[in-house]
Amino acid sequence: MCQCCAEKKDIYLPQLATVADISQMNVTEKYLRLALEDGQFDFIPGQFVEVSLSGIGEAPITISSSPTLGDSFELVVRKVGRVSSAIHNLQRGDKVGIRGPLGRGVYPVEECKGKNLVFICGGIGMVPQRSFIKYVLDNRNDYGDVAILQGTKSYDLRLFTSEIEAWGKRGDVQMLETLDEGDARWKGNVGVVTKLVSKVETDLKSAMILVCGPPIMYKFVLMALAEHEVSHQNIFLNLERKMKCGVGKCGHCQINNAYVCMSGPVFRYSDLASLPEAI
Amino acid sequence: MSVKEIAKNDFTRFVGTLIRTEKVFGVQAKGDRFDFAPLESAQDLRLDYDVTLQPPKKYFLPPAEVLLTYQVGGPYQSQLDGQEFILLGVHPYDMVAINQMDELFQQDNYDTHYMTRRHNATIIACDVAKPSDHVFASSMGTAVVKKGYDILLTDIGDSFVAEAATPKGEQLLAKAKGAAADAQALKKREDIWARNKKSLNKHELKCDPAYLPKVLAKAYKHPVWEEKAKTCFSCGSCNQVCPTCYCFNVQDDVNWDLKTGQRLREWDGCLLDGFTKVAPAHEFRKARADRFRHRLYRKATYVPQKLGGQIACVGCGRCVGACLPDIANPVNIYNRLIDDLGIG
Repeated sequence: MCQCCAEKKDIYLPQLATVADISQMNVTEKYLRLALEDGQFDFIPGQFVEVSLSGIGEAPITISSSPTLGDSFELVVRKVGRVSSAIHNLQRGDKVGIRGPLGRGVYPVEECKGKNLVFICGGIGMVPQRSFIKYVLDNRNDYGDVAILQGTKSYDLRLFTSEIEAWGKRGDVQMLETLDEGDARWKGNVGVVTKLVSKVETDLKSAMILVCGPPIMYKFVLMALAEHEVSHQNIFLNLERKMKCGVGKCGHCQINNAYVCMSGPVFRYSDLASLPEAI
Repeated sequence: MSVKEIAKNDFTRFVGTLIRTEKVFGVQAKGDRFDFAPLESAQDLRLDYDVTLQPPKKYFLPPAEVLLTYQVGGPYQSQLDGQEFILLGVHPYDMVAINQMDELFQQDNYDTHYMTRRHNATIIACDVAKPSDHVFASSMGTAVVKKGYDILLTDIGDSFVAEAATPKGEQLLAKAKGAAADAQALKKREDIWARNKKSLNKHELKCDPAYLPKVLAKAYKHPVWEEKAKTCFSCGSCNQVCPTCYCFNVQDDVNWDLKTGQRLREWDGCLLDGFTKVAPAHEFRKARADRFRHRLYRKATYVPQKLGGQIACVGCGRCVGACLPDIANPVNIYNRLIDDLGIG
């Protein structure tokens, strides 16, 4: 048997991690904090992990915490399929398999330094964006103005409500939130997230715009940004696709010639011009 | 490295010796067709075959394989297939496909499961003796091959010319009775190469394959995708028989004890409905015509970008024969685009 392969790293082999914290966020979302058994876990905001539940399967989930959190990391999982439903049944102390961090298309952490940032989040699009948002807030002096736009379908689906409230009170973040559907308990904006774009106080033309939301949202956000003549170079989109291997082999996540698991999941909009399947 | 001329009866004896000591997979008749299968008798070997039903890909990327085993809730263990074997009778176009897969499975992230099998294999390639009904290897520049194999055989009538290309091949070839091939035998082999470069061409591509990415660059919105896909069953037969298709699915399987299990890798196909579907219901490449186009773009644009420009269609013609509505022939599609759009 070939020895050179036995000595190389198996790209499909997960490491074990322990569920350090788990809680229900709303009807469909579960929050998890995971700690790898060997402790060390370095990643860049935007990267994802493949989460394994033995006997159930594997699913790609973008990391929601900032690298500044330390040696554990956070995920938020919506209950939609087989693996995500099984994740919802986990208890504190349970073991899961982790491969990653994966993805070379990450948030432009360095490029954004000194610039004004606008985060546009639709629904659980907040989950991956939060990794970079928290990183920026932990290194606040490195960045210019920060505006965070969050659109959620209904009152009960809102996520990270206390964090969002705290960001709004900081004084150095423009926090704008809206609900698609009005609610008696809600006193804020009503309407889709694109309606918030014109309320951003910072100059959009010179800002870096970071977008994540459901597939349908991107077109409308890009139309709204076009009205403000934002350069396509300054827009970053976090795209989701079906993934199996996460390492550029299995073919499922391909957008034309680009593998989301390799070139993404965060893409510069100007790089998507040659990928008609992207949006 | 040695180049021997081996009389056919001596070659049969050589194969008999190999079977006694090694695991050998060779080309055999299957009804009135041919396929690679475990070789139990040297008499069953059919190096006069036209094309096999399945490409030899299955020995490196099996239709289903165990990647990992696990205890539920416990650690995972890598499973690497350790069996050494000889693969006997690989045609040049299939050898080119294996060379491409070798590159793809090593590139960026080294796939130890594929590469272990690849390293465990000794490949004895053989030049095509009889063209199949749909081969177009001459058009694709894959009618002869110069690398990847350990030994290359060429049938020159009453004997084979056998050339070792690696130390592994040299060692194996030492076991075969035969003298160094003389100038006459080598001339016959040259003639066969020259013949095959022209004659393995039941469908003729109207341009050098190197131009195909340029043709496709203009063809994204061409009506041919919709026209062909109208009768596509999305059955994935074209994916299944293709020597360069390597998309796969990964899923878990639990044993009866409910405590242990394995993670499996299984062939998948980009033509199949659901290939890009995510929970709960969004499918990114839903339209059949889009999936059909994606496969042809993978062959002549996307995968070539990973292979230094090599086209990822080797002209075996298997998809042409396997496609029930007869829409898969890549040459027909590419020629239609060349006619409509030019190659410039």
